[in-house]
Amino acid sequence: MNLLEIIDLKTHFPTSNGLVKAVDTIDMSISEQETFGLIGETGCGKSVLGHSIIRLLQSDTVMKGKIIYKGKNLLEISEAEMRNIRGEEIAMILQNPTTSLNPVITVGEQIAEAIRLHQRLNKKDAKQKAIEMLEAVRIPSPSQRANEYPHEFSGGMKQRVMIAMGLACDPALVIADEPTKGLDVTIKIQIVELMKEVTAQKAMLLITHDLGVASEMCDRIALMYAGELVEYASVIEIFENPLHPYTIGFLDSLPGRGLVPIPGMSPSLIDLPDGCRFHPRCSHVMEICRQKHPGMTEMKDGHFVRCFHA
Amino acid sequence: MLGYILKRIFQLIPALLLVSVASFSIIYFAPGDPAETLMTGPDGNVNPKSVEEFRTKMGLDKPLHIQYLIWLNNVVHGNFGYSYRTEKPVFDHIKTSFGATFKLAVVSLIISLIISIPLGIISAIKHNSGLDISCMVGASLGVSMPNFWLGLLLMLLFGIYLDWLPVAGYGTGGDLEHIILPALTLGTGSAAVTARLMRSSMLEVLGQDYILTARAKGVPEWMVIGKHALKNALIPFVTMVGLNFGYLLNGSVVVETIFGWPGIGRLIVDSINMRDYMMVQGCMVFVALLFVTVNLVVDISYRYLDPRIRYEKA
Repeated sequence: MNLLEIIDLKTHFPTSNGLVKAVDTIDMSISEQETFGLIGETGCGKSVLGHSIIRLLQSDTVMKGKIIYKGKNLLEISEAEMRNIRGEEIAMILQNPTTSLNPVITVGEQIAEAIRLHQRLNKKDAKQKAIEMLEAVRIPSPSQRANEYPHEFSGGMKQRVMIAMGLACDPALVIADEPTKGLDVTIKIQIVELMKEVTAQKAMLLITHDLGVASEMCDRIALMYAGELVEYASVIEIFENPLHPYTIGFLDSLPGRGLVPIPGMSPSLIDLPDGCRFHPRCSHVMEICRQKHPGMTEMKDGHFVRCFHA
Repeated sequence: MLGYILKRIFQLIPALLLVSVASFSIIYFAPGDPAETLMTGPDGNVNPKSVEEFRTKMGLDKPLHIQYLIWLNNVVHGNFGYSYRTEKPVFDHIKTSFGATFKLAVVSLIISLIISIPLGIISAIKHNSGLDISCMVGASLGVSMPNFWLGLLLMLLFGIYLDWLPVAGYGTGGDLEHIILPALTLGTGSAAVTARLMRSSMLEVLGQDYILTARAKGVPEWMVIGKHALKNALIPFVTMVGLNFGYLLNGSVVVETIFGWPGIGRLIVDSINMRDYMMVQGCMVFVALLFVTVNLVVDISYRYLDPRIRYEKA
């Protein structure tokens, strides 16, 4: 059963340079306990998609379409209802743990705050629960560390705190935005292992540009390009049978596969190319690619691709 | 913590010594002779004999460095000397005047905080809105308007046209009625500066990632502002307010003069005019002491507000 279903979602925001079409028509779904990887280059709109789900965007953002969570359209509920969902039902683990923790509030309090807000526990019980959460993410001497401030933690430890904070209210869905960004390789492996363990019973949307991390953690992977999904399938399908030229290019750019970059640059989200959005960078470009925008087609069971060539 | 405070207090000593030497020499080299000024009779003639007597009595016939050392020795023993004019202890004058200035400074600070914190926060939340722009235009006006002019306008409005408040004076021990207008003059002036600072530091904080984290946790917006943002935005704000309070405590000569407020600013100016140098010297050192003390308090409060400083080795 689908826990989250996104239908025809568009997220646009006005800027002085024009309308940024950060998410321009996305359809996707995440079922319960599934880990869904969203892969794309910087600036393709993947973080905006994550923020759109819990409506964490500037006030003049225009959102169209539907985001159905447990049968409820999140774009239609009130701000107060949305606030109850944030943190309790859908949690977000933001990128950059160093800047995402409040420097003047103790780590324990930052975790306990969410617990107090959503579970109506008193201060002492919430604190105790926060310490348990720190223990669950393997922070040594948690009851002492809970009283410390973020600057007393290392980068990897801060990321553990972010994970503990996200999971504190036992959410059904976790949106993790680049959880391994900026971490050393050894720390990265530890964080990936930890996240796999603590989110085993939960659905997760993993936003990353790290295919290695995605292949470790995800059940399905989607490739996002210029505001839309271009291909999605199971992890094995994506790695063994990629169809979209962008996916193939992305795989070829991995260090283990030759480090071949995709030529050109991602288009500006203000001025998207006509036809297929990838055609200016595509080596298989045909006449039709310049004129018509390809739709999503199911090539195989559960393997969808947006390409005329495939 | 105690070690840090003691260390800081110890560091104040050379600063204060330097101030006292500087003010002592400036006074010495300034034109005008206290003995002649004070010994001028009502007919405008100076009696050379009494001038000579006065000089000997007050130790003004000794060389500068000896005068300074005598003065310093007295100060260390708690004696700030005697006023040339009234022959009463300088410290008694300072105590009375400072009491008046302190009262005015506290009320001005409260007015300034009441205005600047909410205005700054609202402007930051609604930034670039009509409300924000009008607040900030108001603040710019407040910054550029000279104190004496604002004071006169307030006097005219509340003291004369509306006749709600006394125009000037100290009343009985600086009562509320008399304090409102001078405090409003000083308070709004300093609010204009601090409101802008509050707005800019709040705006900066609101753009930080941890604000997004708080919202993602489901923290209500008023708590995001009042707890997560304000705690961070107050750190630069406190320094500014501390400095401002330091200035207020030193007494505003202009405002105290306009409103006939017997504060320390007026005491200094009057003493300078009368060449009452012992008083000037005492006031200067006292004011410097106040200023460095306020700064010390600000630094200490900083360590409470910002845990990143608290744990650094002092």
